[in-house]
Amino acid sequence: MSDVKKNEESMAQAVKEILSGGLTRTVLSVLLGFLVGALFMIGSNKEFIEALGYLFSRPSDALGAAVQVVSEGYGALFRGAIYNADADTFEKAIRPLTETLRLGAPLIAAGLGIGLTFRVGLFNIGGTGQLIFGMIFATFVATRLELPFVLHTIVALIAGIVGAALLGAMVGFLKARTGAHEVILTIMLNYIALYFFTFLMRNPALLQETRATGNPKADPAAETALLPKLIGDNYSLHWGLIFALLAVVVFWWLMERSTIGFRLRMVGFNPDAARAAGINVEKTYILAMALSAGFVGVAAANQSLGVAVGVTPSAHANIGFDAITVALLGGSSGPGILLAGLLFGAFKAGAPSMQVIGVSPEVLGIVQGAIVLFIAAPPLIRAIFRLPAVQNSNALGAIRKRLFSRGGAK
Amino acid sequence: MKLELRGITKRFGQVTANDSIDLVIEPGEIHALLGENGAGKSTLMNVLYGLYTADEGVIELDGIVQKFSGPGDAMAAGIGMVHQHFMLIPVFTVAENVALGHEPTKALGVIDLAKAKQQVREISERFGFNVDPDALIADLPVGVQQRVEIIKALSRDAKVLVLDEPTAVLTPQETDELMEIMKQLAATGTSIVFITHKLREVKAVADKITVIRLGKVVGTAKPDASTSELASLMVGREVILTIDKKPAAPGKAVLEVSHVSVLDDRSQRMVNDVSFEVKAGEILALAGVQGNGQTELAEYLLGLRKSIDPEAKTTINGIDISTASVREVLESGVGFIPEDRKTDGLVSEFTIAENLMLNSSFKSRFTRGLSINFGARKKIADELVEQFDVRTPSSETLASKLSGGNQQKVVVARELSRDVSLLIASQPTRGVDVGSIEFIHEQIIAERDAGKAVVLISTELDEVLALADRIAVMYRGKIVGIVGPETSREDLGKLMAGVTA
Repeated sequence: MSDVKKNEESMAQAVKEILSGGLTRTVLSVLLGFLVGALFMIGSNKEFIEALGYLFSRPSDALGAAVQVVSEGYGALFRGAIYNADADTFEKAIRPLTETLRLGAPLIAAGLGIGLTFRVGLFNIGGTGQLIFGMIFATFVATRLELPFVLHTIVALIAGIVGAALLGAMVGFLKARTGAHEVILTIMLNYIALYFFTFLMRNPALLQETRATGNPKADPAAETALLPKLIGDNYSLHWGLIFALLAVVVFWWLMERSTIGFRLRMVGFNPDAARAAGINVEKTYILAMALSAGFVGVAAANQSLGVAVGVTPSAHANIGFDAITVALLGGSSGPGILLAGLLFGAFKAGAPSMQVIGVSPEVLGIVQGAIVLFIAAPPLIRAIFRLPAVQNSNALGAIRKRLFSRGGAK
Repeated sequence: MKLELRGITKRFGQVTANDSIDLVIEPGEIHALLGENGAGKSTLMNVLYGLYTADEGVIELDGIVQKFSGPGDAMAAGIGMVHQHFMLIPVFTVAENVALGHEPTKALGVIDLAKAKQQVREISERFGFNVDPDALIADLPVGVQQRVEIIKALSRDAKVLVLDEPTAVLTPQETDELMEIMKQLAATGTSIVFITHKLREVKAVADKITVIRLGKVVGTAKPDASTSELASLMVGREVILTIDKKPAAPGKAVLEVSHVSVLDDRSQRMVNDVSFEVKAGEILALAGVQGNGQTELAEYLLGLRKSIDPEAKTTINGIDISTASVREVLESGVGFIPEDRKTDGLVSEFTIAENLMLNSSFKSRFTRGLSINFGARKKIADELVEQFDVRTPSSETLASKLSGGNQQKVVVARELSRDVSLLIASQPTRGVDVGSIEFIHEQIIAERDAGKAVVLISTELDEVLALADRIAVMYRGKIVGIVGPETSREDLGKLMAGVTA
């Protein structure tokens, strides 16, 4: 996606590009994803399977059961993620929406990080490792330092960003220096980071909580370091959302408006031309990995400072991997990732209420996976909906070409 | 088997890659197809091999018209092809690669590897290829890999063997070995189509030579034709482009190059102890048949390659740039029009405006702090589009949507609009329509008249003669002579063929 311009004429151009570039396709993919999820809900529904036994004598039973389970399932998702009409007060009714925002925030920030590498022609699978490194740094600042309120939060946030960026920069450095592939490096570093984190939390002298129970767990973040609640103490929504939104703005400026992003995109599209234009491609890879991990670091700080419970090794909440799907779904653009992150945040927020009514929340995982599968296979979507072939020049297209065309990733 | 191509025409959109080409290849003949890059040789062979379907014309084998819908048909009919880039699987052995696609099988579809090995051994012995069927492809040198490709074709009973630029990847010794192999194959009745642009090889091995230029057959020759004759056939054009230009008024030296030697990616010495200088207000052309080190020299000047000779020194306006990075070279006042605009000159996914600021993204008229100055960029882009006559709906159009000529104008506009004292133009009009050629030539002359030093690297003799004030001819990495623009084509052809006066 190219630059969004100030004046109206280029706004129209930008809108046209977004549309031709894949907004239609993205929306259709999301719808198809929900459809696939619905099929799984129906298939696993007891009433439906029983009704199948006498399908030909009373088909309406099976159909009715199918419609009911799907509407109940997605109804529960809506109630759990957006608006709970059953709640007795309005405050309680909109609580699900605040949960969606809270859970979406780290996905957005980390999604931006992964999306950035897509734009530079890299594939950062190491969101988890970088997130954990960010959490190590942020948790250290939040639990082991004593600083005044506000300043403590900010220092911890910066520590999270720096910690993650260091690990990212290391990947970039190894790639530039030795030619090692970033996919392998980041995957392996995920394990190293995870077990390093666990190791730190097993030693009271390091990060383990003071009243050691033997389990790997850190102290809760100091109250001065906790992200303040955003709209009152009745909701868990905290300032992490604001930081995620700020990250979207920074990302947008960086990629679409700044000369740094211009060079990052140049290297992503055509490293040969970039080299001939005087760009140091290797340094650009290092920078890109560091910036990418830096955004992931915002999510790390969100995880470390969001709740007043000590972090455990599983506090990364799989955000590093989900961020890949978020970035793909969002087409690696700032606004796209914002929306995609909110959608996946809604899935996370809505899963428990689906479980309550007996629909397995794993269906949502299937929906997520299916959406990305459809996104990654545009010819399939085009065939299903008979859409005309579009020539897309966006970053997603470039990534797709790298990953899914013959020969695979370089 | 006698192969005949009659009236083959292949168009890609507006471009006619092959224009009613006739070609007859007798059994046991080594037929050289000679032509510059982009002349249409490879397209013709891809038509022959069934990869493309000709828009017009027929392919006949022993008088029978063939309809190939894919390489499989062509192979079955007895045509084998060795591509410039080998189609081998590195982790497989020689025998496995040769068998791939038509594996000999035992009962239940088990691959009969012993038989495959035997086949490799037989062919290898018959022609003295000296290839071990059990060797892994990845462990073999390039020359041997190529022999595996040839064995692959022969194992499918190829009667016509197409070798697409086979020597491009070989060392001189390997090239000599390949030519021996070609002679042996021809002696056993295999016809060989040998695609190349290297005159020496053609003269050494071919029985007949067909020269292709801009998609047309421009002549045939016997191998005893003089090299200069072949060279002028290959690069000479009937229509001579004339440009009115004033005599040069050279000033002080801008670019001084001394004792530069450069290796290519295969560690072959492509530039060998080259020294020259270019003065302000003159155009020095580096002429020569392609592949004689011009590309590597241009990449050296830009800073993409370094000299292997520590003695080497290059200065621009007295500033030493021998070890400078590309960015430093560009910022010291060098404009560079790369040989291949698609890979090195443009980002096709970027708009024209973005491409115009490609090498000025640091601190320049396009930037404001760390931000791109969109207003200024739009203004500059619109002006340059107008000034350089880029035919486009707007400066926000993607570069990939432009024709070759207009893409090249974008590159030229970018380089000339920067404040440079030296312009290096490498094949500035390759693949560009006639109208744009004239325009680009005028722009280069205008630069010279404005007192800039210009290095023109071109394999087109006409372009060289039209623009140059001095002509340095490169042959096998050396400058074999620096002559004036009044030099006759014949004399230039001789120099380009390495015949020094």
